[in-house]
Amino acid sequence: MGDDFIVETRSLTKEFKGFVAVSDVNLRVRRHSIHALIGPNGAGKTTCFNLVTKFLTPSRGQILFNGRDITHTQPAAIARQGMVRSFQISAVFGHLTVLENVRVALQRKQGLSLQFWRSGDCLNELNSRAEELIEAVGVAEYRDVPAGELSYGRKRALEIATTLALDPEMLLLDEPMAGMGTEDVKRTAELIRRVSANRTILMVEHNLSVVADLSDTITVLKLGHVLAEGSYAEISNNPEVVEAYMGSGHGDAAGGAAGHG
Amino acid sequence: MNAVIISSRQKPFVLALLGLGLVLPFAIYPVFLMKGLCFGLFAAAFNLLLGYVGLLSFGHAMFFGWSAYITAHAAKEWGLTPELAILAGVALATLLGLVVGWLAIRRQGIYFAMITLALAQLMYFVAVQAPFTHGEDGIQGVPRGRLFGLIDLGDTLTMYYFVFAVFVASLLFLYRVVNSPFGQILKAIRDNEPRAISLGYEVTRYKLIAFVISAAFAGLAGSLKSLVFQLASLADVNWHISGEVVLMTLLGGVGTVLGPTVGGFLVVAIQDYFAGIGSLVIIIQGIIFVVCVLLFRSGMIGVLTPWLKRRGING
Repeated sequence: MGDDFIVETRSLTKEFKGFVAVSDVNLRVRRHSIHALIGPNGAGKTTCFNLVTKFLTPSRGQILFNGRDITHTQPAAIARQGMVRSFQISAVFGHLTVLENVRVALQRKQGLSLQFWRSGDCLNELNSRAEELIEAVGVAEYRDVPAGELSYGRKRALEIATTLALDPEMLLLDEPMAGMGTEDVKRTAELIRRVSANRTILMVEHNLSVVADLSDTITVLKLGHVLAEGSYAEISNNPEVVEAYMGSGHGDAAGGAAGHG
Repeated sequence: MNAVIISSRQKPFVLALLGLGLVLPFAIYPVFLMKGLCFGLFAAAFNLLLGYVGLLSFGHAMFFGWSAYITAHAAKEWGLTPELAILAGVALATLLGLVVGWLAIRRQGIYFAMITLALAQLMYFVAVQAPFTHGEDGIQGVPRGRLFGLIDLGDTLTMYYFVFAVFVASLLFLYRVVNSPFGQILKAIRDNEPRAISLGYEVTRYKLIAFVISAAFAGLAGSLKSLVFQLASLADVNWHISGEVVLMTLLGGVGTVLGPTVGGFLVVAIQDYFAGIGSLVIIIQGIIFVVCVLLFRSGMIGVLTPWLKRRGING
């Protein structure tokens, strides 16, 4: 117990007017691991995710981050403690350029963001770091293009660059590969693996196949409850999971996952 | 990009505008120009919220009108010099902005607009009841006084250059705010608020600061107006003014630095030019507004900027 886990939830419950979206979830995310939260539609994955990042307030239960109780902390404050989330719909600042998007994140540590009387030129000192980051995710050639004009896959890459700019201890990715073609999925999986060094990643995914190779631990949710937890091998051999989540096509799903690599 | 109306390449353009501002009172009636500058500044202050934070306030008349009252009262009853009277008005507008902003900023969209409108109506009725505003009569015969106790503003041309100087300084300041590190975060919040939160920014603090700056400059515009016309009246705190400033900003070009000023001049010109036909003016305004919204969504300056840029590249 304790320090081994970076995030821990205790009896986490969220009710919406009588409907229990997340019920009694005890989630423990091991430090420096990639942890996937999967489940069919309506399983409570995204609700669970929003609870951990405090974009929703839990009805009951407790959330610990680095052993500290963050159940009542504001979302922006959690980001400053080193836990940064992404969004299901690609979250970029559409009217700002690619470079400016990343700079917005870098600006926070610079500590000048409330100074409305200062010239914007002081932001240029962040450019070299921002350029490194957009280079790393492969959107450097779009440096001065408004982010709103990028393709879907590149928006997601930019979003990851922006998130990395904060150098977070922990990343929460909400369906990072939703709506992507096979090529983009491969590239994004590679990117996630690369940025996971010395970091903890908790990701929500609908599709088991894309997280199969990536994740150290997988938690399967169903109707707001934890159905099973373990490595991909354990999960994919669990008869309850097979029945609830993968249906009869289990063999195909596993085969497909291996194929996606 | 929107914000970069005044890049270094456009410096000659800005200098030409400045020169124009200096000689214009010899060609056009200065009081009309001053009215345009006051409402232009008002719209520019309003645009900081609508164009750069994405917040539609429907109560900006309270900052404009109340600042006008305080300045008029301070100049007339307390005998303060004009710069101190203006300062008093702006101080009240700032304070009012802080309170109203603090109450309204937590809501978004139509709820934000409704709260600002409700509070502005509240302040309107306070103005109707408070004895020092003289109700329907307003505060009349406000002395323009001597600037710093030295320069007599009674002379129309002197007054014009004073208003013009304050206007230019204010616009430069607002331009600076929009392009500051702070302005960058404002634009980020406008584009995607949840994402700005997830990057660790306390967005309410940024919005509140923007709201207070906007209120202060709206107040400054009202103060100037009360000295120009030597009058502060209920018309200045009326919700019509809150609506007109929306119109000016949209006509000129929301989210551009010069657009709202152009819109301000345009609306003032329409009102003056068509003053003879009475209340029909409102209908003409309405038609122009509808045409503008249908034909050029981004407003006058929003449409002109790409054209100017192309010419700038060609030339």
